[in-house]
Formats: sequence, C-alpha cells, structure tokens
Amino acid sequence: MWWKWSLFVAMGLVIVFSFTTPAPQQQIGEASRVFYYHIPQAWICVLAFMMSMIFSIRYLKNRSMEEDDRASDAARLGFIFCILATVTGSIFAKVTWGSFWNWDPRETSIFILLLIYGAYFALRGAIEVEERRAALSAVYSIFAFITVPFLIFVIPRITPSLHPEDSIVDENLKFTMGPVVRTIFFASLALFSVIYFWMFTLARRVRILERKGMEIEE
Amino acid sequence: MPQSSFGLISKAAAVYAKDLRLELRTKYALNAILMFGITTLTVVSFSVGQSGLPPKLLSALFWIVMFFSAMSGLAQVFIREEEAGTALAMKLTADPDAIYWGKLGFNLTLLSIMTVIITPIFFVFTDAPTDNVLLFVLVLFLGMLGLCGATTIIAAIIARASVKGALFAVLSFPLLLPLLLVLVKATERVLLGVSFSSIAIELQFLVAFAVVMVVGSVMLFKFVWLD
Amino acid sequence: MYRLKGEGLSKRFGGLKVFSKLSFDLRTGDSMAVVGPNGSGKSTLMMVLLSIYRPTRGKISYLRDENSMEEAQIRSSVSLVSPYLNLYDQLSGEENLKFFATVAGESVTGKEIERLLEKVGLAGRGMDLVGGYSSGMKQRLKYATALLNKPAFLFLDEPTSNLDAAGKKIVSEVIEEYRSQAIIVIATNEQEEYSLATKQLRVDQ
Repeated sequence: MWWKWSLFVAMGLVIVFSFTTPAPQQQIGEASRVFYYHIPQAWICVLAFMMSMIFSIRYLKNRSMEEDDRASDAARLGFIFCILATVTGSIFAKVTWGSFWNWDPRETSIFILLLIYGAYFALRGAIEVEERRAALSAVYSIFAFITVPFLIFVIPRITPSLHPEDSIVDENLKFTMGPVVRTIFFASLALFSVIYFWMFTLARRVRILERKGMEIEE
Repeated sequence: MPQSSFGLISKAAAVYAKDLRLELRTKYALNAILMFGITTLTVVSFSVGQSGLPPKLLSALFWIVMFFSAMSGLAQVFIREEEAGTALAMKLTADPDAIYWGKLGFNLTLLSIMTVIITPIFFVFTDAPTDNVLLFVLVLFLGMLGLCGATTIIAAIIARASVKGALFAVLSFPLLLPLLLVLVKATERVLLGVSFSSIAIELQFLVAFAVVMVVGSVMLFKFVWLD
Repeated sequence: MYRLKGEGLSKRFGGLKVFSKLSFDLRTGDSMAVVGPNGSGKSTLMMVLLSIYRPTRGKISYLRDENSMEEAQIRSSVSLVSPYLNLYDQLSGEENLKFFATVAGESVTGKEIERLLEKVGLAGRGMDLVGGYSSGMKQRLKYATALLNKPAFLFLDEPTSNLDAAGKKIVSEVIEEYRSQAIIVIATNEQEEYSLATKQLRVDQ
C-alpha cells in the first residue's frame, strides 16, 4: 500500500514542478513542457509493444493461455499510451509547427504503430476459438515486429524530421538537459513506468479472477 | 527419417500444381484480381486525366492499384481450403513447409499474371515514359516478391478467422507500408529515367525485405497452419 | 509394432468443457470404438488424437517399437475418414488420389490407384470430377484416399455415413483387412459399427 501513496505524492510533485520550473527548451518556450509527458508515454508505448511480442513468443513456446493474456494486456495498455502520445504530440505540433499532423518521421512511426495495434485487435476480435486466437495473434505480432527495422530504415528517407533533435541527447550522445530538467524528466519516466506496470498487474489480476470464475461455473 | 530437400521440392510442386489446376478450373481468384485491377485503373485514369502526370503521382497510383488488386485475390489460396473443408486433409498428409512454398509460388504466379496484364494497360492509359523498361521490370519483380512474401502468411492467418471481410488488407497494410514507400520512391525515379546504380539502395532494400519476410514466414507458418 | 497412448485427455473450448480425463492404451491389432451421444465430443477427440487440436490437459503418444515417433513419421502413418474431411470437388477422383499421394511423399502407380478405386467400388469413375459424385461416392473416395499410405493408425469418424448396404460392406472389409496390421479408432453411434471394435471408450460423462 505504501508505494501507491508514494507514487501518488511523487507524481503530484512531478506535475507541480513540470509547470513551475523554467520551460525545458528556451526556443520553443512554454509548449515544450509537454516533453515531460509525451516522451514517457511514447517510451511506454514501445516498451509495451516489445513486451507484447515477447509474451507472444513465449506463448508459442509453452502454450500457456496466461502468456496470451499477458500479450494482449500489454498490447491494450500500449495502445492507450500510444493514443496519449499521439494526442500530446499532435497538440504540440499544432502549437509549434502550425499544424496537427505533418508526417514527420516520428509521427509516421507512431501512426504505423497505431495501425499495427489496431490490426492486432481486429484480428483478435475475429477469432472465436481461444487457442487459435492466441496463436494467430502471436504470429501476427511477431511478424509486425520484424518489419520495424525496415521502417527505421525507410521513414527518415521519405520525410525530413521536424522533431527537436537535441531534446534528450546531442549528436555526441551527451545529455543536453540541465540538472533540474533532467531530474523532472527521469522522475516522470520512472513514474510513468511504475504506473504502467501497476496497470499491467491489475489487468493480470482481473484475468485470473475471470478464469477462476469460469472454473467455478462448471 | 530426415526429409531430403528433393522431397520437399516435389511436394511443394504438387501443392503448387494442384492450386494452379483448381484455379484454372474455377478462375475465381484470377477473375477477382484482374477485374479489380482493371476497374481501379480505369477509375484512376478517368479521374486524373490522361497524360502529363508527374512521375511521383504516377508511381504512387500504380502501386495503389497493385496493392488493392493483390488484396482482392491473394487470400483465396488459403480461404478456399478452409471453406471447402479440404484443409483438414492437407494438414493430415502434407508437410507444412511444402504447403507454404507451394502456396507462395501460386500467389507469385497469380500476381505475375495480373502484373503482365495490368502494367501495359497502365502505360497506355497514363502515357507514362517507357525508356527504362528493364529497370522498371526489375523493381516490379522485386516488389511482387516482397508483396507475396509478406501477404501469403497473412492470408493463412485470416483464412482461419471467422470474420474475414476486410481483415486481409487491414493486417497486411502496416506490414507492407515500408515496402510500398520504397517501391513508390524507386518507381518514381525509374520513370524519371535514372540509372541502375542510383537506385541500388532501394533495390537492396527490396531484396532484403522479400528475403526476411519469406524466412520469417517459413519459421512461423506451422503455428498458423496447425493451430 | 505400433502403440497409441492417451493419458488423462481433457479438452475445453473457452469455458465449454468437451470431455475430460480420457485414457487408453492401444497396440497394433487393437481397435477401439469411441461411443457417446451426439455432441459428446467424439469428433473433437479424433481431432485431438490427430493433433489438429491441442488437448487442454493430458498427453498423447505415438510409439513405434516403443520409441516415440516424429511429426513427419506420424503424418505418413495416420489416415482419417471423417465428415469434416473433404476432398477437392474440382479435381477428379484420380487427381485427388495422385495429389494426396505425392504430397505425402508416396510414389503410387496408375495400377495401384485403379486397384484402390476398384476396392471402394468406384471403378470406372476415377476420371469424373468429385463435385459430380454423390455423397456416398465421396465417402467411398475418402476411403481410397485413407488407404493410400497403408496406415498404421486408422481413424474412422462415423465410418458408414452416407453409405448404402454395399458401401457398408466395403467398410467392414476394410476394417477386417486392417485389423491385424493397424490400430483402428472408430467414432460412432451405431451398434453394428462398434461391435466391430475390440475395445470401447465412452465420452459421455
């Protein structure tokens, strides 16, 4: 219980400090505060996607329905964070670059990620037999992951980037942030990750109860 | 006993020949794919006018027509087996690898026939420049390999879903996006009349994409086919 | 000497229990009737035995001289006749047989195909498309296909469905012929069919 309260307090502090300290990027100004929320969300979106793929591989190996539950839970949470990251990014884009959507490489990548998640859920919805659904969606998510390196290769060649290149590291991979900004940013990143794992374990507990309920019914 | 590669080839050839024979007797997939291709091509041609389109637009239009035509027919090869109830007999007797290779070959043949018919019509309708035909054919061929390599396993996946509908295109599109982007880019430059060496990177990409997709499919196919 | 062993087999689809805790141990020469009312899971059990479905619990072993068999070996020594298994309507009977033989890696001569067709009472109809066959003829062709690989494990799901008296006689002849050299599993409701088997497995608890 104690850690939930500390999470609550810490997240509250991050929110307060993120709005009361000087804006992280001087040229962009106030709007750059989105950086404290947008990047952690995008990071969790990718993390969840990877976790979903790893659980998918594990499902194909040991055929335990729990792995499939985990894979789809991770994907669902990833999808939520993906939408959050897209919305915050889009608002930021409107404020700084003048339009909500520019097909900037990172916008393109997150858009494709949304498409893949969408396709993954469409597939899951279309298969009734539980084991078949698990196996087919596992294969699909592994396959989707195989295309990621190709995207990384292609997208920067198609459209130029508008993203602030030096937001975290400069070209020498040195941190460009000042100590205050860095503290708030990493605190936010860590807390978002904790929230994600918390949500993930909650989803797990719901699944376990559902399965128990199914067994009692018999 | 370990299976000889000759055994695999002859079994895959049997699957291929069987599918080709079924297709020649029903012409279901071929008709769907051709009519779809010609219809979209006509719509495109009517709506954007006949000549003088910039290569960038031409190549994008060309690949949109190719993508959607492919989507209208390439799933048939697996849907047919599941719907006719013949998949069970195949599962019990045939090696999944042989089935994958046979079906991949069949889809490639189907797409090749479509391309051979659609491409000349495209050039006639749009008056696109034809100076670089060999290079165009090369890009086209590699594009077809990638398209079939990525979609054949998706076809196997959706054949086993209870609601098929638009699922094939929905699942294929995100996977094909990098391929389509590169194809559009490469085709545009071919239409502009560039030399082989200046699109070497794109060509390498196309080869790599096709190889990775086929290798990935071979590794994962048995999970799709047998579950 | 082949052996087919099922230990504590259970199958459920989602929340739906199909059957549970079935065990048996069969050796070449044994035949087993799987009996139970409609919807009791006889066909599902067949699919589980053929690894089309995975059992929710339990284990199936295919053994040859007490060594467990590999997937490819199992594939080449099992055959199934079932209402769920269809042959290609747009191919002729002969083309169907040739295709399934080639794809299984068996070499089969025209003579053998003729002999098989004769055995199931389809002599002279091999060149016709299966789409034009009656349901009884299709069932007969399924037997011809099933016997292509001279199976060591023969699975018959409702073996006489759609068959006339002559067809039923062919089925009992096939069972008699394979009784000593194969393990036969028959899923059925009909008294006369399960009397052909030496063992019984009930799936209706």
